[in-house]
Amino acid sequence: MKDVKSQASKTAAPGKQGGLNAEIQSRIGHQLRAMYDDVVRQGVPDRFADLIRKLDTPAASPQVDNTGGTGGNNNEGRD
Amino acid sequence: MPLTDALRDDILAAVPSLRAFAISLSGNGDRADDLVQETLLRALANIDSFQPGSNLPAWLFTILRNLFRSDYRKRRREVEDADGNYAKTLKTQPSQSAHLEFEEFRTALDKLPQDQREALILVGASGFSYEDAATICGCAVGTIKSRVNRARSKLAALLYVDGAEDFGPDETVRAVIGGNG
Repeated sequence: MKDVKSQASKTAAPGKQGGLNAEIQSRIGHQLRAMYDDVVRQGVPDRFADLIRKLDTPAASPQVDNTGGTGGNNNEGRD
Repeated sequence: MPLTDALRDDILAAVPSLRAFAISLSGNGDRADDLVQETLLRALANIDSFQPGSNLPAWLFTILRNLFRSDYRKRRREVEDADGNYAKTLKTQPSQSAHLEFEEFRTALDKLPQDQREALILVGASGFSYEDAATICGCAVGTIKSRVNRARSKLAALLYVDGAEDFGPDETVRAVIGGNG
């Protein structure tokens, strides 16, 4: 193990970022994405889906309201 | 542009990454969601200023980032006290050793200067180009590049090595090099 490591530190050093090892950089990238993607995978919590659905701008073009009759708060229906 | 159904869907689709960005920045799940909510309200209120065809995620990230920055100044101490809260926001708990490693990573990330942390997250996790990240942060592309590089160097130093070029026979390093087996 030790031999592998000392070899790696000599051969894999890119030499442009203060000798940072490529292995370490790839590890950091992986951890960063793992942390981030874990949240991404949680999807859209209901509170945000509701928020976006309910917020109707009066200027918006007429929309078919088939979403279960919650109705827009600001838009007065034409019928 | 008006808030069309398509635009609404696009905003919804951006919510998961907005949350991930907010949590990465603030380290606190509850506060992150408040930040996302405020971002959405502000975006919807200003939807007329969004240029059709331009980068919607980048526009939303810019709003969130600016909200966080103004908020951050007020609540700095609270933010820095957020160690460990992040893990609670996760649905899938990693295994014990992976969990420790994860917390170490999170702690190291929190030690980075704000500028460097956000640049690293935008480029390294959100997948924005350097150009988009520069737009979001309101700085030059070269500035983003150097922040990302400094962030990576500092994380490497904090997590894996003391002097960046010297690999000690350290347990963390051994675990890293040896992979998960």
